[in-house]
Amino acid sequence: MSTVTVLTQKPVRTYQAYQRPLWRRVLLTREMAIIALLAIVVASALMWVPNFDSPLTVTYLIREIAPILLIALPMTLIIVTEEIDLSVGSVVGLSSVVTGLLVQAGFPLPIAGVLAVITGMVAGVINGALVTFVGLPSLAVTIGTLALFRGIAVGLLGTTAISEFPEFWTDLARDNITGTPIPVIILPFIVLAIVFSVLLHFTPFGRSLYAIGLNKEAAAFSGINVAMTKFWLFVMSGSVAGFAGVYFTLLYNNARGDNATGMELQVIAAVLLGGVSIFGGRGAMHGVIAGVFLIGTLASALRLASVTSDIINVITGVLLILSVVSASLLAWVRTKRVSAIGRKKGRSGTEGDSA
Amino acid sequence: MSLTIEEPKQHPLVSAAGHIIKARETGIGIAVILVVVAATIVNPSFIFSSDGFRDLLLTPSLLMVVAVGQAIVIITRNVDLSVGSVVGLSAYLTGRLFIDFPGIHPVLVFAAGIALGAVLGLINGALVAFAKVPALVITLGTLYVYRGINVAWTGSDRINASDMPASFRALGTGDFLGIPLLTILAVVVLVIAAWYLRNLRSGRELYAIGSDPDAAHLYGLKVTNRVLGAFIVCGALAGLAGVLYAARYGTVSSNAGFGWELQAVGAAVIGGVAISGGVGTVWGAALGAYLLLTINRALPIIGIQDFWQRAVVGILIIGAIVLDRVLAVRQHRRLVAEREVAA
Repeated sequence: MSTVTVLTQKPVRTYQAYQRPLWRRVLLTREMAIIALLAIVVASALMWVPNFDSPLTVTYLIREIAPILLIALPMTLIIVTEEIDLSVGSVVGLSSVVTGLLVQAGFPLPIAGVLAVITGMVAGVINGALVTFVGLPSLAVTIGTLALFRGIAVGLLGTTAISEFPEFWTDLARDNITGTPIPVIILPFIVLAIVFSVLLHFTPFGRSLYAIGLNKEAAAFSGINVAMTKFWLFVMSGSVAGFAGVYFTLLYNNARGDNATGMELQVIAAVLLGGVSIFGGRGAMHGVIAGVFLIGTLASALRLASVTSDIINVITGVLLILSVVSASLLAWVRTKRVSAIGRKKGRSGTEGDSA
Repeated sequence: MSLTIEEPKQHPLVSAAGHIIKARETGIGIAVILVVVAATIVNPSFIFSSDGFRDLLLTPSLLMVVAVGQAIVIITRNVDLSVGSVVGLSAYLTGRLFIDFPGIHPVLVFAAGIALGAVLGLINGALVAFAKVPALVITLGTLYVYRGINVAWTGSDRINASDMPASFRALGTGDFLGIPLLTILAVVVLVIAAWYLRNLRSGRELYAIGSDPDAAHLYGLKVTNRVLGAFIVCGALAGLAGVLYAARYGTVSSNAGFGWELQAVGAAVIGGVAISGGVGTVWGAALGAYLLLTINRALPIIGIQDFWQRAVVGILIIGAIVLDRVLAVRQHRRLVAEREVAA
């Protein structure tokens, strides 16, 4: 507060009163706060939680968060455009069942996997078409398809499970990079994370997503095809969830109708925790990745410290609520401060703000 | 387009809207009857055995209570995903009270369950209304938190029928003139809620808030208080449903009410309560709940494995929102046509 007052004494620096210095703009962001929180959690877990530093912990941690990370990538893009996809967990389950049934019917795994991804893609096409071409709210649509896809998955397999998959592929899902505790599977996931980050932050397509999230009409007037953009995001989300389903099946060597039940909640919690605004138009991929790791690491560390999973759920929920409430709290503080600066200048501060 | 202009309907706006809403609820009513008739033709005991008729009324009663609360929240353009967890918590509280305070009067237990639900609803509502955060996110968080508290509190413990007094259990199984008491209670709740939303000023304001929160605020409506109130009512009704759950089923474990949020939202959406707020009635939501659970019971009788029940629920939800959209577009065209004729 005091530095701001000093700055505003010189007219030349009026403008700077409204803009934070570079270091603050880079360091004092929600994304950085989450990364810092992640660092604190990791550091304290290393210090106090026995066995947290064992290679096995790292392996299990990465295996467990991999599907969540994967689905969080397209989910980030969708939420940036102010839509939501609640059906991803069901798509994972459906894709898992399809993989299992096809392998059982004698298909080689690569073909079964590709068909499972295509199943996910079709699920995404259904979501996308209902949202964009029929013009329905994505929340309602994906609550419906959440039930529908899960219903088909459970309907196809009932309570049975398929757990005979070629060893080569299940091993591939579990093997570590030689000499490290890091699963091989993380490599293609890292590539995908980079692809999605570049897509969101360094392409016109990515910029258009923010534009849509901030103001749909303005985006449409500036030449962005809002409907098609959203449609492709849902297709992307379905395809990636389909891929995650194949991975999930191989990792646990198990295709079941109720695989990944509730995963949509974990994914959305991670994305929102990572600083993506549910109102659209705000968020960054590094925050989301940190959010996924934060939830995963916290759960892993607490489990090792023999905290029960229900308490972990409580903590996840509280974190989620805090992350959104703190954003609006910060916004409130910022408006207070800006209006305080405006009053100090003795002129209409609002004019300067909007310019 | 030309077709709509050729036959401009001169109905006043209110009767046109009323007509559509009425058609919607009669539609669901007919769907319920069709399901019941189809199941009865395949297996007459679906309705004509004493148990069949009782279950037909009894099974959907609890979800109806939750769906009524959910509808009130959705009408204000919010959503409460935590209702399933609230049902679980208050169901366990019910059993716990009977065990820890032997001889406690059931009325006190009811009051406690409803109060717990109301407090949990108040937490949801306060976070939503004061922090100006979407209800979806907040109640997603409290869904986790409430369920987690429930599991931590319950552990592997479970409440059994023998833990609760017979007089309380009789409420869940008893009937009056052949109609289950729970159903009567659910209908009373429904009638009160419907009357309130239709006739009282504060009830009408909920629709105004849901249609356009900013306009409602500018007009001077107490948006924050009303939204808070809607969440408290929704939580209290979920709490009531939790107490009734204990009375109906006798056993309560840590997963009581698990997944009910989806069914409650689904029931409201199927019943014509628009997820974007401002539209719908609790009658529709209650009928939606009735349809969902009746289909659930009818599927195995018609010869479809009940594994497919969720797929049917999904298709119903999607079908319902597509229908809403089609009706809305048609009404919009009709209004435009009327305006052109008037001009």
